[in-house]
Amino acid sequence: MLAEMTKESLPAIRKFGWRFVTDSEWDAVQGIFGALPYLYGSVVSSVLALLLATPLSIGAALFITEICPKRWGSIIAPLVELLAAIPSVIYGLWGVLVMAPWLQSTVEPFLIDHFGFLPFFQGAPYGVSMLAAVFILMIMVVPIITSITREVLLAVPLSQKEAAIALGATRWETIKVAILPYGKSGILGAAILGLGRAVGETMAVTMVIGNAPKISASLLSPAYTMPSVIANEFAETTSKLHASALMEIGLILLVVTLVINALARLLIWSVSQSAGGGVS
Amino acid sequence: MNNSKVHLEGLNIHFGKTHAVKDISINFPENSVTAIIGPSGCGKSTLLRSINRMHDLVPSARVTGRIMLDNGDIYAKGVDPVSIRRRVGMVFQKPNPFPAMTIYDNVVAGYKLNSRMVRSEADEIVETSLKRVALWDEVKDRLKTNAMNLSGGQQQRLCIARTIAVKPEVILMDEPASALDPLSTLKIEELIEELKERYTIIIVTHNMQQAARVSDYTAFLYIGELIECGETKKIFTTPEQKQTEDYITGRFG
Amino acid sequence: MMRSVALRKAHNHLMTALMFAATAAVLIPLGLIFIHIMKMGFSSLSFDFFTQIPKPTGESGGGMANGMMGSFIMIGMASLIGLPVGIFGAIYLAEYGEGRTSTAIRFSADVLSGTPSIITGMVAYTLIVVPMKGFSALAGSVALAMIMIPIVLRTTEEQLKMVPGSLREASLALGVPLWRTSLKVTLRSALSGVMTGILLAIARVAGETAPLLFTALGNQFWGKSLSQPMAAIPLQIFNFAIAPYEDWHRLAWAGALVLVTVMFSLSLTARYFGRSRH
Repeated sequence: MLAEMTKESLPAIRKFGWRFVTDSEWDAVQGIFGALPYLYGSVVSSVLALLLATPLSIGAALFITEICPKRWGSIIAPLVELLAAIPSVIYGLWGVLVMAPWLQSTVEPFLIDHFGFLPFFQGAPYGVSMLAAVFILMIMVVPIITSITREVLLAVPLSQKEAAIALGATRWETIKVAILPYGKSGILGAAILGLGRAVGETMAVTMVIGNAPKISASLLSPAYTMPSVIANEFAETTSKLHASALMEIGLILLVVTLVINALARLLIWSVSQSAGGGVS
Repeated sequence: MNNSKVHLEGLNIHFGKTHAVKDISINFPENSVTAIIGPSGCGKSTLLRSINRMHDLVPSARVTGRIMLDNGDIYAKGVDPVSIRRRVGMVFQKPNPFPAMTIYDNVVAGYKLNSRMVRSEADEIVETSLKRVALWDEVKDRLKTNAMNLSGGQQQRLCIARTIAVKPEVILMDEPASALDPLSTLKIEELIEELKERYTIIIVTHNMQQAARVSDYTAFLYIGELIECGETKKIFTTPEQKQTEDYITGRFG
Repeated sequence: MMRSVALRKAHNHLMTALMFAATAAVLIPLGLIFIHIMKMGFSSLSFDFFTQIPKPTGESGGGMANGMMGSFIMIGMASLIGLPVGIFGAIYLAEYGEGRTSTAIRFSADVLSGTPSIITGMVAYTLIVVPMKGFSALAGSVALAMIMIPIVLRTTEEQLKMVPGSLREASLALGVPLWRTSLKVTLRSALSGVMTGILLAIARVAGETAPLLFTALGNQFWGKSLSQPMAAIPLQIFNFAIAPYEDWHRLAWAGALVLVTVMFSLSLTARYFGRSRH
């Protein structure tokens, strides 16, 4: 099993010196490989999705654990976990056949009309675009962050909440003062875990992002991510170099994902060690 | 009715089917210390927690009867529990300072909720509160360090400082020293003696000697019922009820 | 100086409303997706769907029968490979204490479970497709097995750890060797929990597409042998969805419905197993 990791490094060795990950041109036929558009696509789509997903997840997790009656909570929580189990390709199916057309016909024209002066919303409404990828990633990443945040919140000791309440705090104040600070690092860990999932997401993103290796400030234009280019091109590589380049992208993806996951795990683990010393 | 600060009348508390507190009426006079004693599980803590409406958090809890704070029933319709808890503070058995905050922030935590915090005013409150709990000298140089670095006894005094920073009228204490070493316990007991000049204190304790040392009045509870209530001296020397006498002399409990 | 209580209460209500909205926002896509799958998928289901292979472009009708068979075969093979590795690995971890090997196993499993599935596909490509000089169902199975192993490993280890030590000791005291004890006694009592883990792993792997993209590749027709490309449901869903044909879209929805139903039933069965423990 340890062999998996080393096997992956093998192809990377074959790439002999592709430091040109700062290049933007990717032309398989001519043998020019610059991976920047894919890096850009992966980074932007994942980070934006995370920024949108995290507040939603935290809000939902707080709602489930602190506000709604236990009965409802025990129904909603499994539902959220159900969301996490849906295969990527089905998200993609829905994304490309339902969400993207909706974006194209409704949301994007709206954004262009009202916010078109911003560089983020310029260009023709394609439907399949960075925006679609951000949305679909957001939907996919929310369940993970919510589940873990929920566990973190449940681990906050009752004594903390009681301390705040005894001081006369309203429910939101209790959350703000006692609960959230206690779970801070755990929630951060959950978010980073979500980021890791977003970066590695292949199918759903490939189906809705448009697969165009362009770097553009506009969210409405199609884009390309690292997993997507691998998915689309790997089965039909035109040359050894092409295959190697794709392998290198794979390697970058692997390293990034592993680092993110390790970081997340560290954060979440540190919460279970409890935030603070004990009573003497 | 009289000069009692807190007055319980016909208090009954149910948790689902369990009748935990049965028809209790007690007076807690102003600026005094009243101890509630009794064997474990007799409903002392339950009783105490009803006075600052902590049971509001428990869905299965049902509180009937009246609890008068000065002249208002705290369970009357339209009364906001948040406002009650500002007037009735609570110190818990296990010290629970906020671990993510400094000593300074802990003390002003409650105060911050209630008022816009002006730096100078906050500084003053921190100093006053910490002095009152005899913690000021020990921590004045490290107010901005994390509260969890304090010892158990110090943490508990910090919690008391936090409680009095919001200027309550009544302080409820639920076995405040039971998790502490004897030296800290002594300090807390001395503290209670001083605090009663400003506040009305109701303390639950399973330690009879502590009750005898610290309180002016004592109430003895047994399985949810009030067996006897009166001046501490009297309860501990010439109790009226046999059950009281049995408990005091250690026949059970 | 006093902040009015009314203001604080209003703030409290506002935040509560926001959190409610967040929860709704989280659940709405779930509802939408399910509705769409139901609506669109149902209408495309037919006997043909389950028995026919896709028709050439332009012709309507056809089904995903080859995909279903392919998925079935590859998941089966993946299980054959992955389950023993996972289970024995777990037994080793749970019974033979902490050592260099244990840490290595645990570490590898963690790495494996954290890798994006497309990378697992690339690794399987390097391992199988290249030496075999072609895409095959075998490669697909290996890729899927690599995804299954960490899941089975982790859940089995947890279950084994939950078996009370007294059971183990009783068996050992009777003179049964450790490996036998592990196999016959400990494993057996953890069986239902282990089954849960296995079923969940299968459910998870059933929906995986990316690792199959360049291992099994997919096939328009019935796969004839294990060393040839083979179709699978998720692959077909992918291909149909991105194609411009309405017909194929409908097949994709139907496939999604079937896939979701299968996964859901597997999970339910798994939970059922997990519940009936004594």
